[in-house]
Amino acid sequence: MGESGIGARVQRVEDRRFITGKGNYTDDINRPGQLHAHFVRSPHAHARIRSVGIAEAQAAPGVVAVYTGNDLRKFVPTSDDLEESPIGDLICGWLIHSKNGEPMKAGSHPAIARDTVRHVGDQVAVVIAETKRQARDAAELVEVDYEVLDAVADPLKARASGAPQVHDVATGNLVYEWELGDKAKTDEAFRNAHHVTKLNIVNNRLVPNAMEPRAAIGDYDPGTGVFTLYVTSQNPHVARLVLSAFVGIAPENKLRVIAPDVGGGFGSKIFIYAEEVVCLWAARRLARPVKWNADRSEAFLTDAHGRDHVTDAELAMDEKGKILGLRVHTTANMGAYLSTFASAVPTYLYATLLSGQYDIPAIHAEVDAVYTHTAPVDAYRGAGRPEATFVVERLVEVAAREMGIDPASFRKRNFVKKFPHQTPVIMSYDIGDYAASLNKALELIDYKGVGKRKREALKRGKLLGVGLSAYIEACGIAPSKAVGSLGAGVGLWESAEVRVNPVGTVEVLTGSHSHGQGHETTFAQLVCDRLGIPLDQVSIVHGDTDKVQFGMGTYGSRSGAVGMSAISKALDKVVAKAKKVASHLLEAAEADIEFKDGKFTVAGTDKSLDWSAVSLGAYVAHGFPSDEIEPGLKEGAFYDPVNFTFPAGCHVCECEIDLETGKTEVVNWVAVDDFGVIINPMIVEGQVHGGIAQGVGQALLEGCVYDEAGQLVTGSFNDYAMPRADDLPNFQVDVTVTPCPSNPLGIKGCGEAGAIAAPAALVNAITDALGHEDITMPATPQRVWRALQKSKMPAAAE
Amino acid sequence: MYPFNYHRPTSVRQASALLGKSEDARLLAGGHSLLPMMKQRLAQPSDLIDLGLVEGLRGIELKGRTLQIGAMMTHAEVAASDVVREAIPALAELVASIGDPHVRHRGTIGGSVANNDPNADYPAACLALEATIVTNRRRIDADEFFVDMFETALEPGEIITKIQFPVPRRAGYAKFRNPASRYPLVGVFLAKRGGTVRAAVTGAATCVFRCKEVEDALNARFAPKSLDGVTVPTDGLNSDMHAGADYRAHLIVVMAKRAASAA
Repeated sequence: MGESGIGARVQRVEDRRFITGKGNYTDDINRPGQLHAHFVRSPHAHARIRSVGIAEAQAAPGVVAVYTGNDLRKFVPTSDDLEESPIGDLICGWLIHSKNGEPMKAGSHPAIARDTVRHVGDQVAVVIAETKRQARDAAELVEVDYEVLDAVADPLKARASGAPQVHDVATGNLVYEWELGDKAKTDEAFRNAHHVTKLNIVNNRLVPNAMEPRAAIGDYDPGTGVFTLYVTSQNPHVARLVLSAFVGIAPENKLRVIAPDVGGGFGSKIFIYAEEVVCLWAARRLARPVKWNADRSEAFLTDAHGRDHVTDAELAMDEKGKILGLRVHTTANMGAYLSTFASAVPTYLYATLLSGQYDIPAIHAEVDAVYTHTAPVDAYRGAGRPEATFVVERLVEVAAREMGIDPASFRKRNFVKKFPHQTPVIMSYDIGDYAASLNKALELIDYKGVGKRKREALKRGKLLGVGLSAYIEACGIAPSKAVGSLGAGVGLWESAEVRVNPVGTVEVLTGSHSHGQGHETTFAQLVCDRLGIPLDQVSIVHGDTDKVQFGMGTYGSRSGAVGMSAISKALDKVVAKAKKVASHLLEAAEADIEFKDGKFTVAGTDKSLDWSAVSLGAYVAHGFPSDEIEPGLKEGAFYDPVNFTFPAGCHVCECEIDLETGKTEVVNWVAVDDFGVIINPMIVEGQVHGGIAQGVGQALLEGCVYDEAGQLVTGSFNDYAMPRADDLPNFQVDVTVTPCPSNPLGIKGCGEAGAIAAPAALVNAITDALGHEDITMPATPQRVWRALQKSKMPAAAE
Repeated sequence: MYPFNYHRPTSVRQASALLGKSEDARLLAGGHSLLPMMKQRLAQPSDLIDLGLVEGLRGIELKGRTLQIGAMMTHAEVAASDVVREAIPALAELVASIGDPHVRHRGTIGGSVANNDPNADYPAACLALEATIVTNRRRIDADEFFVDMFETALEPGEIITKIQFPVPRRAGYAKFRNPASRYPLVGVFLAKRGGTVRAAVTGAATCVFRCKEVEDALNARFAPKSLDGVTVPTDGLNSDMHAGADYRAHLIVVMAKRAASAA
C-alpha cells in the first residue's frame, strides 16, 4: 500500500487550513459592491398574509430593495424585460406514487410566501441593504398583517378529521399513501405465527446543526449575462440543474455554482433552499451581488430537519424464533413543504432496508407521508436507513427477550447467510458476513461477563444494560436506471477527470463534494496508489461547476463507492494512454510495457522511464506519431454503479443508569463494521466516531419539539441538547472485511453507519437495564427516571 | 445588536453617575449573559458601562472568618484561588463547574449575582452561606438580595463591589445539569455554620430558595442518610420539557444527599 496509498493512515491534508482558520467558506467570500439580505420570517405556524407593508422599510437607511413573494412572480431574470413573467417555485425531485396509483400531492413551495405562511420561519419578505445590520434593522419595519390560523405540528393529529389543512391539494394533509412488499403473503405469515412482537416506535425529529450555518451569495455579470452562486452545498451541480431547469433562474451555461469549503452538511445542505434562489434573483434585478448567511436561530427554524416517524411494527416468529414476517405502518412527517428529496426518504431509503440483516420471507410496509405546519423534513445522516434499522433492531431485540432467547443468538439464527440474497423489499444484498461482525463485537464487549458487571454496577447504585444493533444500510447511491424506475428525477452516477500536468503532477476533478469527509486526502491516496507519485503531487478539485463538468454530489455514503470508482476508471484510461506513450519513448511494443510503482519498464529488461518523464513526453509530443496518439494526458470517466453497496456490522452499547437520577451514561461502545475495502482507516474511524456521536445524540439528547401551536420550543442550544465529548465513551472500533463485488475498488461506504447503528444499540441497552420496553427517544434523564418507576428492580445495595 | 453608547469609567463613583444618567443603561461585567441577549436583539441598552477598568472591584482575601471576593473576579480566578479553596472548598468547586472555560474566564461573581438567573450556581452559594452583598451604598444580606427571577434588591445606580462569605464549618454543592444548557436543572448548596444547616436550591424555581424539608432533616443530623424518605413539595417548582415539578422535587433530595456526602 505504500506510505500514502490505499489502506494507509494518512493525515488529512485539508486539516491544516481548517484548524488554522484558513478555510474559505461562503461567508469568507465578499464580492465588490455586495449587498446584504435579511429575511422577514413568519412568527406564526399558519397564517394568511393579508398585506405586507414595506414602505417604511424601503425608506430606511441603506435599504436598496424590499421584495415580497408576489415580486418573484413578476420578473424573470433571464428576460431583459424586468417586469414580466415569474420564476418557478421550489421542487421536490423524487415522484412517489400512492398505492392507488395517484402521484403524490405536492403543494406549491414559493421561495417567499405569497398568501399563506405554513411554518414558523417561513419567508415573508426580503430586505436588501448596503450592510447586514441595515438590512436587519429595516426588516423590523416591515409590517405584515397576518390572519392567524389554527396549526398542526403532530403528524398523527394532522391526519385526524377536522385538522387544519396545510395545502389544499393534499386532502387530510396526506402527501401519499405508499406501500412496499407483499401484503397477502405477510398476512399469511402472521396467521401462522407462534409469537408476534409488537412495538409502537417514535423516531424523534432532529435538527441537523452543521457547524457552518447556511449561506449564499448571488452574483450577476451584466457584461456576460453569467450568474454565479456561492453556496453552502453538498452538490453544486444538482443545485445548478434545479435552479436552471426548474426554478428558471438562468440556463445552465449561464449559471456557475461554487460550493467552496463547507462546514458540515449531514444532508441538510443537499437541498435547494429559498434563500439562495432569492439572492440570485435579486442580484440580477439589482445588478449587484447579494449575500445572505443564516444565524443559528434561522438554522433551527429553516434547515430541513430529519427523521420524525411514528411507526407501528410487528414481527412474526415460529416456535423456534425464526422470523416469518414483518409488518410496518409508518406515518412520516414531511413538514410544511416537500423539500428537494424529502419524498424518497421514508419510502425507498427506508422500507427497502426493513429486512435488516435477516432472512425474512415476507415484509409489508405502508407509509403515509403527512404535511404539518413545521419546517420541511428531508434527508439527515442515514436518511431513512436509521429509521429502518431502529424498527428492525428494536423488534428483534424485544422478540428475543419475549421468547426467552438470547438476543445475540436470536439474531444469528435469522441472519442472511447465503449471498446474493434477494429481500422481499427490492434490495439484493451482494455480500456480507454478519455473524463475523457480531461475534467479534461480542468478544470485544465481553458479552459473557455482562451478568457479573450488572451485579457489580448495582452495588454502585447503577443499572447496567447491554444492547446490540446489527445494522445494514444501502449506500453507494445509486444505479441510475434503478432509481429512475422508482421515481428519481436524476441519475446517481458520478464523474471524474484526471488531468496530468507535463511535470507529472495530477489534478483530479470530481463531482463529489467534500464537507468534512476528507476527500482531498482519500481521493489523492487512490491516485498515489495507482500512479506511484507522492501525495503532495495530487490535487483534488471539487465544488465548482465551471471546473468540474458535472457531478451528483456527496450524500448517502456514495463518494467512495461511486465517486472514487469514477476516478479509478479515469485513472485506468490515463495509465493505458501513458503506456502507449511510454512504448514509443522506450521503443518497445505496447504489450511489453509494465507500469508499477511509478515506473514504466520494458518487460524483462532494465529499460525504464519514470512517471514524470512519460508525462512530459506526452505533452512535448516529440517521440510518437501524432496521427496515432493524441498529445497530452487527460482522461474523464462517468461511473454508474450496478448495485447499491451494503455496509453492515454490529454495534454493542453498554450503559449504566443512575438509579437515583435516571441519567444514562454510555460506559462502553464496540463497533465492528464491514465497509469493504478501506482507503484510510483513520478517516474511517473518524467517520464512525462522528456517526456514533450523532446516534447517541438522537437516542439520549436531541429532540426537536414543536408545541401545539406549531411554535418551535427547541429553537436554541439552551433547549436542544447536542452531544458533547463528555457524553461519549472511548469507542472500540474494529472491522471485518468482505470487499464489495460491484465496484472496482471494493468500497462500501462508511459515512452514515454510526448514526444508523447507534440509536438502536443504545435504546436496547437502556431497555435491557430497565427490564421493560417503555422508553422513547431521546431517553432523557427525566424519561428514564419515569421509566424506572415502572421497573421491578432489586433495591440498590447501600 | 442595536447600537449603544459605550463607557469605560475608572471609579465606582463615575460608573454609578453614568448609570444614573439613563434609564436604559446597563453595567457590563463579563458580558456572558448580557451580550448574547443583545446579539439576539432581546436586550437593547442605550448605554453600556464597562466595569473592566474600575478600581476596587477586584481581589480575594480572607479577613478573620470571612472570605471576601471582589465583584469583578472571574469564575476562573475564584476557582483557582488557594484562599477560596482553603476557606470554602465547596465554593471553589461550584465556581469551577460554571459554564465552560470561555464563560469562566469572562464571567464574574458580581455579574452573576446581580443577574440572578434562576438557573445560575452562585446564588445558591450566597444564600446557603449567608453571604453579604456589598454595594457602593450599603450591605445587603443574601436573604434579602435575591427577590425573584432576574430581580434583586439592587436599586438604580447601585453597584456590587464585593461579596462576603462567612466561612462555614461544612459546606457542599451538588447539581444535576440540564442536558442541553448544562445549567443546573437542580443545584443544592448546603452549609453548616454554628449549629444550623442552610440548604439553598437553584434551577428548580423562579428564584433561588431555601428548602425547609432538607434543612430540617439535616439539622437533626448532618448526614446523607438523614435525607432518606424526605420529600419536597412540588408547589412553586418549575415544570418544563426538561423536567416536571415532581422530577425536580425528587432531584432536590438526591442532590442534597450528594451535597451532604461532599461536605
